[in-house]
Amino acid sequence: MTAIWTRQWTEVCRFDDLEPERGVAALVGGDQVAVFRTHDGAVYAVSNYDPCSGAYVLSRGIVGTRGHAPTVASPMFKDVYDLRTGECFGQPNVMIRTYAVSCTDGIVRVAARDPS
Amino acid sequence: MSRVVVVGNGMVGQRFVETLRARDVDGRWQITVLAEENRPAYDRVGLSAFFSGATPEELSLVPEGFYDHEGDVCLKLGAQVTEVDRDRKVVRTVDGEYPYDALVLATGSYSFVPPVPGHDLPGTFVYRTIDDLVALRDYAAGRGVGAVVGGGLLGLEAANALRLLGLQTHIVEFAPRLMPQQLDESGAAMLKVQVEALGLTVHTATKTERLEPGADGAVKSMVFGDGQELGVDLVVFAAGVRPRDELARKAGLTVGERGGIAVDETCRTTDADVYAIGECALMIDRVYGLVQPGYAMAEVVAQQLLDQPATFKGADLSTKLKLLGIDVAVFGDAQGELDVVYADPAYGVYAKLALTDDAQTLLGGILVGDASAYATLRASIGGPIPGKLADFLGSGQVEGTLPGTAQVCSCNAVTKNDVFEAISDGCKDVPGIKACTKAGTTCGSCVPLLKSLLAEAGVQQDKAICEHFAFSRQELFDLIRVRGITTFSQLVAEHGQGRGCDLCKPTVASILASLGNGHVLEGEQATLQDTNDHFLANLQRNGTYSVVPRIPGGEITPDKLIVIGEVARDYGLYTKITGGQRIDLLGARVDQLPAIWRRLVDAGFESGHAYGKALRTVKSCVGTTWCRYGVQDSVGLAIALEERYRGLRAPHKIKCAVSGCARECAEARSKDFGVIATENGWNLFLGGNGGFRPRHADLFATDLDTATLVRYIDRFLMFYIRTADRLQRTAAWLESLDGGLDYLREVIVDDSLGLCADLDAAMDRHVGSYVDEWRATLEDPDKLRRFVSFVNAPDAPDPSIEFVTERGQRVPAQHRQPVVVAGTRLPVREVDP
Repeated sequence: MTAIWTRQWTEVCRFDDLEPERGVAALVGGDQVAVFRTHDGAVYAVSNYDPCSGAYVLSRGIVGTRGHAPTVASPMFKDVYDLRTGECFGQPNVMIRTYAVSCTDGIVRVAARDPS
Repeated sequence: MSRVVVVGNGMVGQRFVETLRARDVDGRWQITVLAEENRPAYDRVGLSAFFSGATPEELSLVPEGFYDHEGDVCLKLGAQVTEVDRDRKVVRTVDGEYPYDALVLATGSYSFVPPVPGHDLPGTFVYRTIDDLVALRDYAAGRGVGAVVGGGLLGLEAANALRLLGLQTHIVEFAPRLMPQQLDESGAAMLKVQVEALGLTVHTATKTERLEPGADGAVKSMVFGDGQELGVDLVVFAAGVRPRDELARKAGLTVGERGGIAVDETCRTTDADVYAIGECALMIDRVYGLVQPGYAMAEVVAQQLLDQPATFKGADLSTKLKLLGIDVAVFGDAQGELDVVYADPAYGVYAKLALTDDAQTLLGGILVGDASAYATLRASIGGPIPGKLADFLGSGQVEGTLPGTAQVCSCNAVTKNDVFEAISDGCKDVPGIKACTKAGTTCGSCVPLLKSLLAEAGVQQDKAICEHFAFSRQELFDLIRVRGITTFSQLVAEHGQGRGCDLCKPTVASILASLGNGHVLEGEQATLQDTNDHFLANLQRNGTYSVVPRIPGGEITPDKLIVIGEVARDYGLYTKITGGQRIDLLGARVDQLPAIWRRLVDAGFESGHAYGKALRTVKSCVGTTWCRYGVQDSVGLAIALEERYRGLRAPHKIKCAVSGCARECAEARSKDFGVIATENGWNLFLGGNGGFRPRHADLFATDLDTATLVRYIDRFLMFYIRTADRLQRTAAWLESLDGGLDYLREVIVDDSLGLCADLDAAMDRHVGSYVDEWRATLEDPDKLRRFVSFVNAPDAPDPSIEFVTERGQRVPAQHRQPVVVAGTRLPVREVDP
């Protein structure tokens, strides 16, 4: 069965608040979300929860690339995740949630689950 | 269960026990070892290391806990065997009887002392056991002149010992040359020149007629065959060894005319239940005085006890030694039909190769002064020479290829084919080959050859840090330094690809920091840092951080202690004394860090860099300030060193310690660099710690004054920082340096690379530009903005962090939960805003 949500957008910060190639954590509808700005100006949002360690730390990881994929490496045990899909490199069963991001008028918004 | 009794716990006896233990998987044999000495087996070949600072424990060959399992294997120390009763099949000691089903005699040999008058005067020694060495060292203290009787391998070892004990040293050899058993005349002549260049006096073709006592009854002079007299304070006899066969004789076993327990090629004596192995055995008319043949015999007997047929197949008598720091190697049969000789007296190098008369087959050879070609040449015995002689004799550079059957590692009987097979099975580097084939794991002399075999097999020794840079850390360091690169973006654009990762970014950050590019959180550099450096604190398992203020040398005032206590109390931090004499404050959230630092900085603390690959602590004892044994001010030096190197970024974290006397309360030898006070100054030890593979530091220099000590440490650290691999500890770095400690000494003491001025300047720059990273962060609002839990709720604490109380302090609530390894994928339907 596939669950379906409608999106509810939450303002997170200004685009200028994001440092290139570094993340911030944000509270989005009760979720901890890690928001990253990559070197080319793209913005990604994934869960801040690192499933390999059980700690909410992904926003503090090192941003980089693997091949063409933008990545973040968990600061805890260095597992590397694809920022676009949430897939973990090297661990086929491990994923993190991804969130839709919009960036308009210099404001970064992240879509959270509908609370209903 | 059958019983085997082993008489003797020397190198060979111990090898036998370990081999039988490892192979006897069904537990058929119960082993009892009776040792005459009071310590378990130790490395007799490496005995001389005792005089360069090795402790008896370090020379031990017995793995920790090996004899703890009473029952199936048991070692009795100080148990001298008085009799073997073959009829009743028991071995008798003063304390009791030990019945056996099989008996293995591994009694070794004793030092031969020529029966010259005065040979037993006080002040005469032999060179055989640790006890001999201790007695020699104690007697030598404060004396001036020593002589060694015997110019063979053992004699030269003993001579080096006397030299290290600070004695003016003479070597007296009856034969017309040094090492008469191994070397030819020219090789020995070259060796003599080199030995004399070290300040030793060599008397060859000299017979010792008698020793004469002085007024105190101890030896005072040696009188030679030609009537000449030499004044001496002590004499060491190192004129050869004789098999210890007295037990066998008494028990009626056959012994050789010139000693040695007669055995056949299965190592059986004339009694089928009694074996003899090692230096006490006369194997088909020959006694082997080397450890390798003894090990082969141990293997033969262990196999037979398990009903596997095995015979002794002869032994490779090749040897490579560093005698008095001079390379000497002898391999194969050095008496060929055709000799090729290379001699360069200016560089003290001599090489002779023995060939068949058609010059097509290598039979053996001798190398003096430079033995770097040894492994290749030894492996080539029985085949053609691996390349053009003139190209590598003396230079040690070997071109050309070896036949596949050539034995690359003779310690473990590994051929070139074996190594190639391992490579084709996926071994990509030397450690891989070592693990797979055992080659290079015993004496290590073939390791350079393994490297060249990898190259020959076409294995690219991949030094690249990651997919973004095709360079090693050292190459990146040089690139950044020489090109004057100051940002990661510039580096990756010009010399790499992609946008980096968690491997290359912190590495480049460390290099930029080492080259003095300002605060680690300045501009783009902040994005390169691992979370610890990014928040200047240590990430812990629940996402909180710990804070460690610097406490130089472990010295702290009561007022400062109180401040730490107050900060911990006010922020609910768990406190613990670290392994490095500091106080760890654990459990701080990101948003609490600046306020915690502010309190600490105001009280005079600064960052302890517990978060960085950097200098951590310099541990110390209380030294002369308080200790009744201390000989130097260890606290003062520890503080000075810690303040000098604080903030220094390196490939790995670095720790140091200073002990105020040889009692070593600060455990300096387990550190990257350790300093131990002597009556005359400081001894410097380098390359200890080693992490999961513990390693003691090596003695690098002795009795240094403080200024020289600091300069040597400066250069050691800077050279390490410039040349080590990513995350390579000083211990592994030192082991990977071609030439090891001697090479390092050449670089930082003799300035052989002409680098010292540069290294000194780099360290002076570091010392001059140090700023406390905490203070600098507190003073910069831009940097402080990062310290929030949530960008859209700066004041909200992280709700995932919960604590419980344990032993009166707060610890993470979930710390006993298992680690989760998989998350779930939640499908989301796209709807645009």
